[in-house]
Amino acid sequence: MRARPYPAWISRLFIFSVAALAFTGFMQMPLAKRYYLTEVPGMAWTGDFYMVHKIHYLLAALLLFVVGLTVVNWLRAWKDTLVLTRLGALRVAVVGGLVISGGLRVYRNLPDVTLDPAVIVTIEWVHLGLVMVLGAVALIALVRKSSAYAVRK
Amino acid sequence: MSKNNDQPGKVSRRGFLKALGTGGVGLLTPSGAVAAGKGRVPQPSDNELATLLDLSRCIGCGECVSACRESNAHKFPEPVKSFPAMSPSKRAKPEDWSDKRDVEDRLTPYNWLFLQNAEVEYQGEVYDINIPRRCMHCQNPPCANMCPFGAANKQVNGLTRISDSLCMGGAKCRTVCPWSVPQRQSGVGLYLNIMPRFAGNGVMFKCDRCYRLLEKGELPACIAACPEDVQTIGPRGEIVARARELAAGMDGFIYGLEENGGTNTVYVSPVPFDLIDKAIDKDGPRGGRGKVAGGKAKGLGPGKPHMGPVKDVMADETNLATATLLAPVAGVVAGVLGLGAKLLKNGEEGSHES
Ligand code: SF4
Ligand code: SF4
Ligand code: SF4
Repeated sequence: MRARPYPAWISRLFIFSVAALAFTGFMQMPLAKRYYLTEVPGMAWTGDFYMVHKIHYLLAALLLFVVGLTVVNWLRAWKDTLVLTRLGALRVAVVGGLVISGGLRVYRNLPDVTLDPAVIVTIEWVHLGLVMVLGAVALIALVRKSSAYAVRK
Repeated sequence: MSKNNDQPGKVSRRGFLKALGTGGVGLLTPSGAVAAGKGRVPQPSDNELATLLDLSRCIGCGECVSACRESNAHKFPEPVKSFPAMSPSKRAKPEDWSDKRDVEDRLTPYNWLFLQNAEVEYQGEVYDINIPRRCMHCQNPPCANMCPFGAANKQVNGLTRISDSLCMGGAKCRTVCPWSVPQRQSGVGLYLNIMPRFAGNGVMFKCDRCYRLLEKGELPACIAACPEDVQTIGPRGEIVARARELAAGMDGFIYGLEENGGTNTVYVSPVPFDLIDKAIDKDGPRGGRGKVAGGKAKGLGPGKPHMGPVKDVMADETNLATATLLAPVAGVVAGVLGLGAKLLKNGEEGSHES
């Protein structure tokens, strides 16, 4: 696999937060108890919807931190030396959509916010759908051995 | 509204909702882009519709229960049997109320309102309190906020509704509801068309505040049917003021202002609610007895809400929302403060990992 020209730890942080977000995201569905995941030692928390929800929020904060950092770095310096790969650009777009739909999801849950039910269903399914797309694209990238988002110009 | 109403202790009857539609609330139900554009309710506590239940008036006649059943019968599930097999069968058990439609002593998919009774001794007097129970229509409802499919929703007019065409029947709403209100019927709904064996288990049902009647400017069935005028409906600001007045007048107590951060159902009682909570038959997971009393209806989930204290269950998430707002800002600041240059250097020094 090609070496990434950007710092390893930022990749690791990104991969960790996205993977953990995907997991806690799927755990928003009532699956943990039904499929005995709660009985795996150390995984009992997956059955606590409130706990899973809060962890999802915290991980979202972590991802947003990484995104903020990366965007600024890109604008300040990286864009002169790096170029997004095609699959990288696609994943950036999908992550962007996830961030926006997730942000709307957080906004929707504020006590003084009430959105139209049709809008909420759209947000919900866009968010869920984009996770699936991201998973698929990431798998393709992995298979094609082009999992780096950006390469040197 | 209804300042000229001559009935004390009551906002008004039929027709007032019509006035409400053109005045105060403006939107009884959000319709399309208008409501979406409006989105935010600036003062949810004042403009949402809330109900007030004066428990000192309820005689336990059950007219409201019958009216609710009759009025909503067309929304009740009609499952076709037999149900598809589910995996793992030990964990995913069907919940079937279709042969128990007559059950009236708890919430079921066919009974969205029931009466609890509490005989309470208070200050040397014995009170016989009847309590109509149904969805509390929380102001920040976890059933809606936590639904992963957007099937449960709160409307701008302050009621919470579960869409029977989107619900997968996972019963998460019942688990996260502080009162375990929604009830499941298997063998109906979307899950049958997706992966009936592996995901979903029916549809969740509960009081929807008779939203169709509200849309027409009419009162919810249970309110209209009550011979004792136990219930009043109106903008929450007015309902809360009225509840306070009423409670002060009878030296009584209020349930619904603080509970779960505030609900759009406000009970006023002449006796404290913790005494009521001790006396009523309840089997909710929080403050209840855990399992259904007497072992009957096992596996069909709790359907008798408690009347204990409930903290604001979405409060932590609300606080964390700030963290998600600040996180990208922190990232940007870190980048601007020069972390970017350093990062790039590190990057050039080689991160030859796969
Ligand atoms: S009482 Fe339960 S079902 Fe009703 S709105 Fe509140 S959380 Fe939802
Ligand atoms: S508001 Fe309608 S659905 Fe809710 S309890 Fe009353 S009659 Fe039943
Ligand atoms: S109809 Fe009125 S008085 Fe009769 S049980 Fe219902 S709320 Fe009480």
